[in-house]
Amino acid sequence: MKSFDELSLKEIVNEVKDGCILGVPADYSGVPMEFTKRLIKKGIKDLKLYCLPLTTIQGDMLIGSGCVSEIEAAAVTLGEFGLAPRFSEAVENGSILIKDSTCPALHAQLQATEKSVPFMPLRGVIGSDIQKHRKDWCIIENPMKSSGVLNEPILLLPAVQLDILVFHASCADRNGNIQIGRRRELATLAHASKKVFVTVEKFLDTDFFEDELSAATCLPGLYINGISIVKNGAWPCALPGVYPADNKEIKKYSLAAKTKQGFDDYMNQSLFI
Amino acid sequence: MNSDIKREELLISQLADLLVNDKHVAVGAASPIPGAAALLAKEEAKLNNKRLRVTILHSNKYNNFTDGARELFDCAAQGRIDTFFLGGVQIDGQANINLVGTGTYPKIEKRFPGSFGSALMYFVVPQIILFREEHSPRTLVDQVDFISAPGASDENIYRPGGPKYLITNRALFKFNKNLKKFSLLKLNQNQTIQDIKELTGFKFDISENISDMLNPDTTRLKTLRDKIAPMVSEFYPEFTNRIWGI
Repeated sequence: MKSFDELSLKEIVNEVKDGCILGVPADYSGVPMEFTKRLIKKGIKDLKLYCLPLTTIQGDMLIGSGCVSEIEAAAVTLGEFGLAPRFSEAVENGSILIKDSTCPALHAQLQATEKSVPFMPLRGVIGSDIQKHRKDWCIIENPMKSSGVLNEPILLLPAVQLDILVFHASCADRNGNIQIGRRRELATLAHASKKVFVTVEKFLDTDFFEDELSAATCLPGLYINGISIVKNGAWPCALPGVYPADNKEIKKYSLAAKTKQGFDDYMNQSLFI
Repeated sequence: MNSDIKREELLISQLADLLVNDKHVAVGAASPIPGAAALLAKEEAKLNNKRLRVTILHSNKYNNFTDGARELFDCAAQGRIDTFFLGGVQIDGQANINLVGTGTYPKIEKRFPGSFGSALMYFVVPQIILFREEHSPRTLVDQVDFISAPGASDENIYRPGGPKYLITNRALFKFNKNLKKFSLLKLNQNQTIQDIKELTGFKFDISENISDMLNPDTTRLKTLRDKIAPMVSEFYPEFTNRIWGI
């Protein structure tokens, strides 16, 4: 028996159910754009995006296509190309719920799930309007008298488990281990997700665990439910160490998506050619 | 040659001056000018036989982290980052910053990207430099519409860090933690105190040492253009193309 499941992209897309919590990697850690387009084409609804800690074109496209009801993030932006227009408009007209957060809180909530503890403390944040509007967060007095300052209020964040995570990576080995380089937040996301699927540029007929260097930079196959080869699967986003972002295409998107009509035209062209 | 110095180059030079005592400067999202300033300060530190580490989050090359995106925040909380930069859609007179949007939350009128890591970084990094190019009554306000991160905290809150400076394309302010108030320290050339008063939505003090921003000297300008600009193009290609045509 093969040591992992090689799936088609369609099979991965079909694993995503309406209403689920979907893990979303940041623009620097392997955005599964080809998967995202197929998901939009399928007409997925009511997704709850959990971004670690932000999203760019992936989140904006999903929101603009009406696939999202809720998003938890520290930022949604097109980076150098300005605001994420479909996101901004959806928040302004109230068509999605944004659970505003801050990067370290998004990390900490998943770290709690990694350790299977119910919550994680975090310093800072207290006194911000982020904290004031998050009814699922709470503040206690530091109960550890041996550390910290006296009467120190400290923020507690609930553990968050994702239903499903999909990301794109450079390669998998013959045992289904995934090369993620220094993008260790992908491991955090995977550890905290019920199911994990990965699209890769290629399979290598090797074993990452035979070498200390490649072992240290891989995500073990034990966390992975299925892998699919998708060439250029992050385009137009970058795949770190493999190819850069296609800035021309992202700029083109940023201009088109300024209006609903422009966005629809862009999506029709990129989904149905 | 000073007449052809660009506004961005002057700001980079001003920021680099604020980093001379640092050992580790980190630069977050959407920050080409702070990124260039940090790399410039690093280059100049080398000449003085000093070591300045620079971590640029959106770069693969100028990045000291291997433990994923959370390492920036863990590293900062451990006190290992001396200076970080934060911006804001709005910044108010008590140094509260708003990166979320205008209007009454959650009924936002104009939505911006979001708070990023500001709500922790503002508390734990000793020198936070607020950076906002647009200097107008709509960006520098009396009171922000949404507090992404507060400028000051109660005594019992763990807070070794906080705002030290605010720089815009017109002026440099220093923040007085005890008075919870900005004080005008430097003016960009061609600006008067009266101009700044009219363009600032909050009340501020005026430093007794107020001076003009000095242009970078020839050596610094050459380092910036010949050496730093190509480095910045790796992670901010749009910016370097616009400013230096590379």
